[in-house]
Amino acid sequence: MSWPGTFKMAECGASGSGSSGDSLDKSITLPPDEIFRNLENAKRFAIDIGGSLTKLAYYSTVQHKVAKVRSFDHSGKDTECDHEPPYEISVQEEITARLHFIKFENTYIEACLDFIKDHLVNTETKVIQATGGGAYKFKDLIEEKLQLKVDKEDVMTCLIKGCNFVLKNIPHEAFVYQKDADPEFRFQTNHPHIFPYLLVNIGSGVSIVKVETEDRFEWVGGSSIGGGTFWGLGALLTKTKKFDELLQLASRGQHSNVDMLVRDVYGGAHQTLGLSGNLIASSFGKSATADQEFSKEDMAKSLLHMISNDIGQLACLHARLHSLDRVYFGGFFIRGHPVTMRTITYSINFFSKFDLLEMDRLERPLVSLPLLLDPPSYVPDTVDLTDDALARKYWLTCFEEALDGVVKRAVASQPDSADAAERAEKFRQKYWNKLQTLRQQPFAYGTLTVRSLLDTREHCLNEFNFPDPYSKVKQRENGVALRCFPRVVRSLDALGWEERQLALVKGLLAGNVFDWGAKAVSDVLESDPHFGFEEAKRKLQERPWLVDSYSKWLQRLKGPPHKCALIFADNSGIDIILGVFPFVRELLLRGTEVILACNSGPALNDVTHSESLIVAERIAGMDPVVHSALQEERLLLVQTGSSSPCLDLSRLDKGLAALVRERGADLVVIEGMGRAVHTNYHAALRCESLKLAVVKNAWLAERLGGRLFSVIFKYEVPAE
Amino acid sequence: MGAGRLGAPMERHGRASAASATSASSAGEQAAGGPEGRRREPLRRRASSASVPAVGASAEGARRDRLGSYSGPTAVTRQRVESLRKKRPLFPWFGLDIGGTLVKLVYFEPKDITAEEEEEEVESLKSIRKYLTSNVAYGSTGIRDVHLELKDLTLCGRKGNLHFIRFPTHDMPAFIQMGRDKNFSSLHTVFCATGGGAYKFEQDFLTIGDLQLCKLDELDCLIKGILYIDSVGFNGRSQCYYFENPADSEKCQKLPFDLKNPYPLLLVNIGSGVSILAVYSKDNYKRVTGTSLGGGTFFGLCCLLTGCTTFEEALEMASRGDSTKVDKLVRDIYGGDYERFGLPGWAVASSFGNMMSKEKREAVSKEDLARATLITITNNIGSIARMCALNENINQVVFVGNFLRINTIAMRLLAYALDYWSKGQLKALFSEHEGYFGAVGALLELLKIP
Repeated sequence: MSWPGTFKMAECGASGSGSSGDSLDKSITLPPDEIFRNLENAKRFAIDIGGSLTKLAYYSTVQHKVAKVRSFDHSGKDTECDHEPPYEISVQEEITARLHFIKFENTYIEACLDFIKDHLVNTETKVIQATGGGAYKFKDLIEEKLQLKVDKEDVMTCLIKGCNFVLKNIPHEAFVYQKDADPEFRFQTNHPHIFPYLLVNIGSGVSIVKVETEDRFEWVGGSSIGGGTFWGLGALLTKTKKFDELLQLASRGQHSNVDMLVRDVYGGAHQTLGLSGNLIASSFGKSATADQEFSKEDMAKSLLHMISNDIGQLACLHARLHSLDRVYFGGFFIRGHPVTMRTITYSINFFSKFDLLEMDRLERPLVSLPLLLDPPSYVPDTVDLTDDALARKYWLTCFEEALDGVVKRAVASQPDSADAAERAEKFRQKYWNKLQTLRQQPFAYGTLTVRSLLDTREHCLNEFNFPDPYSKVKQRENGVALRCFPRVVRSLDALGWEERQLALVKGLLAGNVFDWGAKAVSDVLESDPHFGFEEAKRKLQERPWLVDSYSKWLQRLKGPPHKCALIFADNSGIDIILGVFPFVRELLLRGTEVILACNSGPALNDVTHSESLIVAERIAGMDPVVHSALQEERLLLVQTGSSSPCLDLSRLDKGLAALVRERGADLVVIEGMGRAVHTNYHAALRCESLKLAVVKNAWLAERLGGRLFSVIFKYEVPAE
Repeated sequence: MGAGRLGAPMERHGRASAASATSASSAGEQAAGGPEGRRREPLRRRASSASVPAVGASAEGARRDRLGSYSGPTAVTRQRVESLRKKRPLFPWFGLDIGGTLVKLVYFEPKDITAEEEEEEVESLKSIRKYLTSNVAYGSTGIRDVHLELKDLTLCGRKGNLHFIRFPTHDMPAFIQMGRDKNFSSLHTVFCATGGGAYKFEQDFLTIGDLQLCKLDELDCLIKGILYIDSVGFNGRSQCYYFENPADSEKCQKLPFDLKNPYPLLLVNIGSGVSILAVYSKDNYKRVTGTSLGGGTFFGLCCLLTGCTTFEEALEMASRGDSTKVDKLVRDIYGGDYERFGLPGWAVASSFGNMMSKEKREAVSKEDLARATLITITNNIGSIARMCALNENINQVVFVGNFLRINTIAMRLLAYALDYWSKGQLKALFSEHEGYFGAVGALLELLKIP
């Protein structure tokens, strides 16, 4: 089992065996306290006891640090003190709900139940949902140990419910594997149209279920040759007892030493016959002849091939019989193991990702942007790095090189924490290891994109309790920019209409230069923010820009106002305050309503929803246009539902989607590299859209055919 | 993943279905499965025609078209056969099927030899005849299945007996050497051979034995052989049979079956691997799928697990073992039947599933393991065959191949499983000459018998 880490679970196993007199070989190696995270507050339990493994899920609350921003009370204060920050930041412990997934061998069930019992501090839970064949067998044990009532659920009903849930909600949960294709994996973005499909669940044996609707499904067949066969027969053949070790053996083996291949039967003639000599004519066919010794590795590989092929074939026959073209494979036998995957040629549930997965924010469903032209075909990412070796190499190196800086930033963000350096180092190790794994196996964690690299980094930071390393930086920048706001607006207002439109766009773009990456910029800002902003504008590429549909945009502005604009903001500070808000203000003045969407949680120096609320409030205090728009709800601030520096338009907060529909948004503005270039560059919308960014990465700029600080200004109108 | 996609890699291999009787699963992906089965053309037409349809043409429409276009070539063939009959080939008459594990040889012994002929018969020919017909074992591994001998057969106007001989493929070099020693090449006979080994050993036949092989498509031979053997019966008895009450040792009966309406027929050939063919008429059939889990897998795994050395020994051990100690049954998990899905408690939930546990591994005997291996492989073949029968809408399934030789356990299990899971819709049929049909087909090709 590929539990992260290399812990030993011997202690647990020792006490666990005995009662049944039937212990499975150990395969899980992790101490329980590492496995059962956040157990003390577990709220709901569900347990699935299969033929060999027990899968436990529990919903518990977790405490983790979050950075909160809170506005000072400004009532009664008319003048601004120059050195006072615009708001205060506090790191708080927040309690959120999390779903935990754990898997262990049935042998350990007693030990694990004991552990759960000892650590379950405060739970109101009275019932445990149990499924799987073992639920019947272990019912009494569970009731006795946990003092919980066992509520038996039908195993298949649970399986289907779970499968529907993940297929709909977890992006890249399913993927298609095709051996000779490049890339070998294609991950599916999730969308609601998942039915009908065939679910092939590979546990000890194999169950094949036809799923027609959310709650209508039918067992159509199965096979006794499954994961248990691999494990059991593998243990007999190789004397290797652990499931994981068997898989590792298999990955090193040569099945052609054990299997009789077509070329063994046909000699060299398979080529002239147009046959692939590598086809297996008879699994284990060679072991039938001489009294020859066969290596463990080769036998394990042959066994894996045999079983995977067999399952794939049965699945195929069933799919054909029921005229289904979607088959999902799941179950512990899959586990993201490359050899298994290569063999089955399948689309599967990427359950391996769930070994220790924790899902947050389950209570806020994410939905598609109603304005997407064709939601099923929408792919957020511009470049699939699994597809593009050159780009992959570049970005992996890029993220490696940036790691030191991120670690430093993380430590600096928590000056009062004694263990910040230690945690930051752990973060470094974890993220570094992930990057190295990705170099070897680009598919290791699902699809690989710049977005996934960025998101993974944020997740790792969070995991080691660095909820918002940029909070202080953002606070300072927001303060500085707010002080400049009146001056910027005054100078814009002094311009003629046409001049002003260009200045506004340049402002948006210049603001976007202020990624925290641009270190030189922040130094300048400290001394003279206004100068900094002007300096940034000068750095911008002169028109014509790399992608330049500004004239078309200007032409459009001469026409009737948009009804409602949805704007996805990027950075804190200069960007949101001096770039986005003046632009928003202009739209408001034109009679266009504005929905300003910011991230729900922190990512880099991106402005968060809660920061945007404070910023808007402060600007409203200075500017009557924004003030009245907020009051009259012509300017609405919403959260995206995401904590990513990128943007997935198919997974947005439900409230945002509802608002877009309600207000009839007819313009979408997407700002910044992460949201408009790495993602959504090719996104097709049903309404007008404006994608703008400054390319602040020399390599990417070159790839796009431009230079550093090239400007992307992409205004698109959907075809009639 | 569409079912069509799965099959695609196989189709790209062009004449891939020649992998046939030994079955084919790809190393990397499941290629043997799926609906790739393509329509087969009779050998002659395929060989002579440049307009062989695209290998991927498995659509119903394509089949109909070709069916219609058949009358012409068949008539031509018949004429040619008429003329050839007058010039029947010289003795000896052999048909050879060189499989992955076993070589199957059929030999026609003419019994109507006239004194004149006897006199003319060259020494080498006589020695072959005497050697083959007066022995029941050849060397240490060659065996003549005397009980299968077909007596008083008329072939090409000659009366005689048909002998069935087998030996392991790894002794092929010795066989070729014998041909050289007995000076076969001087007989100017043609060796009609099928099976993968016809290709593998072609060069050896030529360089060592000075013998030219006539290589034949193994599925063509298989079908031809089955139909012919069924038509001549088994020395007055029925060739085809089935089991009544297969699950009940007391009441189980082997009963003759009259295959008077053979089509459509699902033909499951279990050799080292498994090939499954859907046969619609003598000339119209397709390979539906195959699996690499066949007789070779059973014997191979048994060798590894029990240290046995012969197929007979493996079967003998299996007959004494108890697979329920090795397999995890539905009742082991659910305590009884799993009613929601109508799964009986005795059904195997996980083959070798109990062997995940150390204690149980230590508690099983070699016989138990041999039995479990046999049950696993047999059930799997039955399950795939059943799915194919459903997909092809065929309800009679004939199991052939040497895996079934002296293998009553497997045959009864196949019969029972097919009946049980299809609720009586499917019938499992067997044939006395199990593994020899390819070789018979090769002999018929030699004699140009359509």
